[in-house]
Amino acid sequence: MTVFIIRRLMQSILVILVMTVLVFAGVYAIGNPVEILISQDATEAERAAAIARLGLDRSLPEQYLAFLGNLVRGDLGTSFVFGEPALQLVLQRFPATMELAICAMILAIFIGVPLGLYAGLKPESIAGRTIMTGSIFGFSLPNFWQGLMLIMLFAVILQWLPAGGRGERGEFLGIESSFFSWDGISHLILPAINLALFKTSLVIRLTRASVRETINLDYVKFARAKGLRPRRVIGLHVLKNIMIPLVTIIGLEFGSVIAFAVVTETVFAWPGMGKLIIDSIFQLDRPVIVAYLIVIVCLFITINLIVDILYAILDPRVRLSDQKA
Amino acid sequence: MSLLSIDNLRTHFFTKAGVVKSVDGVSFDLDRGEILGIVGESGSGKSVTGFSIMGLVDQPGRIVEGSIRFDGQDLVALPEPKMRDLRGRRIAMIFQDPMMTLNPVLRVDTQMIEALRAHGKWTDEDARQRCRDVLGQVGIPSPDERLKSYPHQFSGGMRQRVAIAIALLHQPDLIIADEPTTALDVTIQAQILYEVQKLVAEHNTAMIWVTHDLAVVAGLANRVAVMYAGRIVEMGTTEEVVNRPFHPYTSGLIGSAPSRNARGTRLTQIRGMAPLPMNLPAGCAFRPRCDRASEACAAAPDATTPEGDHLVRCHHPLGVGQDRGTAA
Repeated sequence: MTVFIIRRLMQSILVILVMTVLVFAGVYAIGNPVEILISQDATEAERAAAIARLGLDRSLPEQYLAFLGNLVRGDLGTSFVFGEPALQLVLQRFPATMELAICAMILAIFIGVPLGLYAGLKPESIAGRTIMTGSIFGFSLPNFWQGLMLIMLFAVILQWLPAGGRGERGEFLGIESSFFSWDGISHLILPAINLALFKTSLVIRLTRASVRETINLDYVKFARAKGLRPRRVIGLHVLKNIMIPLVTIIGLEFGSVIAFAVVTETVFAWPGMGKLIIDSIFQLDRPVIVAYLIVIVCLFITINLIVDILYAILDPRVRLSDQKA
Repeated sequence: MSLLSIDNLRTHFFTKAGVVKSVDGVSFDLDRGEILGIVGESGSGKSVTGFSIMGLVDQPGRIVEGSIRFDGQDLVALPEPKMRDLRGRRIAMIFQDPMMTLNPVLRVDTQMIEALRAHGKWTDEDARQRCRDVLGQVGIPSPDERLKSYPHQFSGGMRQRVAIAIALLHQPDLIIADEPTTALDVTIQAQILYEVQKLVAEHNTAMIWVTHDLAVVAGLANRVAVMYAGRIVEMGTTEEVVNRPFHPYTSGLIGSAPSRNARGTRLTQIRGMAPLPMNLPAGCAFRPRCDRASEACAAAPDATTPEGDHLVRCHHPLGVGQDRGTAA
């Protein structure tokens, strides 16, 4: 287990290094941030001063080495645009995105798994077919359009929920979050549903496929032959086995929800990381891009680690130490 | 009265490609303490007969006709909660592939104790004690330790012993064994056969042993039923069926098995292939493969008993009247 985690960490560091090189090269190839940041009518002297201040006067390898030196000290640089530490900028918006992502995933799991189970157990029933048809819509309707329709219906026509923004945050046990105030929750519902729709469809389809596969296996029939109630056969024998593929997909999807909540955050004016990264890319704000990507990579690594540990808990045949990480 | 009495059982599967008559008019009786071997090749309906008794025939399959009387009640008409109460408690089943019978993600004790608790209240300590006892009975060493293991930590033979132990937990009246030794190697097979025979005799349990291996049944069963294309084509005591088969199919099965006496000679072979269940030949289903087939075989033969209770379903049974075949 310890060996496994250490090997994982080494890999992560490698991934982060490769990623930073790519981002440096990539941003350098796109264009010079100075052109965007400094006004057209600045004098030559002002221009040179600004370039020197941002550290852009040095060659790219030199800039990269300087960045690495700072990285070791935990300094990810200062945003070209905001003049604030880049990591701090990203982390300030991190809770908002996390709230949204967690909420969306909870919805996806608690709606998707039961519906998928039902569709898998009764594939020929009308309800089962309806669920599957519905999931195709969840897949194919464009995300931004779903968001706009949600706003139209619930915010504009029915006026039940606010159309955008984050709302008030409540405090509970010293943690500040939208979850702890009604206003916060009401702002969260629509974007969370919007973000969850696609994931729910995915979870439904995956659950159904796994159930169809598992239900005919001998151990399920044997469980029934023991005289167990259907609730126990499905709830324990089937569910615990289908959790194995589900956990993988949910883990990966959780990462992608956080990383790519951009569309939803834009539609609902949600002040999260996704909006920040889009703005930063437009302005070639390299430190923020790098800081954002490092945070995302760390997040993915953590999620994968949790998924692997859950594997070992769910499936006794998996031993983490034997695994090539 | 017999413990189990099946009369004209028909279990059909309604697939998109057509109706598959997996079991098509099977009747037999079984007494307490008796072992009946059901022999047949793949697709002959022998496993489906077992699942029909358990009430575990899944969609698109359905029992369309017939009755299964178990200890006075008709299982076909029994509502599901009552059927569930019988399952595992009075009628138990052992499956073919021990690698697939136990749930891979649950510990052995979980899987055994839930089987106990499905039919009554058991305290933790009592339940564990019962599990230990039964595991000991089926020859599993250090049952205490084994209870805490997962199925993948057992060999195939050991897993089948665990499955048998689960079947024995409630001391059922009837055990349906669906080819339980097919997936095991021969030495383990012999051990398990011996132990099962002993346990069944001790508790006076009735047993249906489904297999494609006539040799296994010959050493185990009191009576043998040979199934072909959903019907019992021959049934009698093991001695009668194995030594004096009436049906050409049975004779062919016996002739195609290697034996010590026939070393060096070619094994006989039943020509052709088992018919597809979707389009069975009209009349006697074995007709296209049978050397003795005649015009008469175009009509389905009725079951007859030329000698005692030895039943056969054939227009031209071997050895009845003048020509006793050279089989066996």
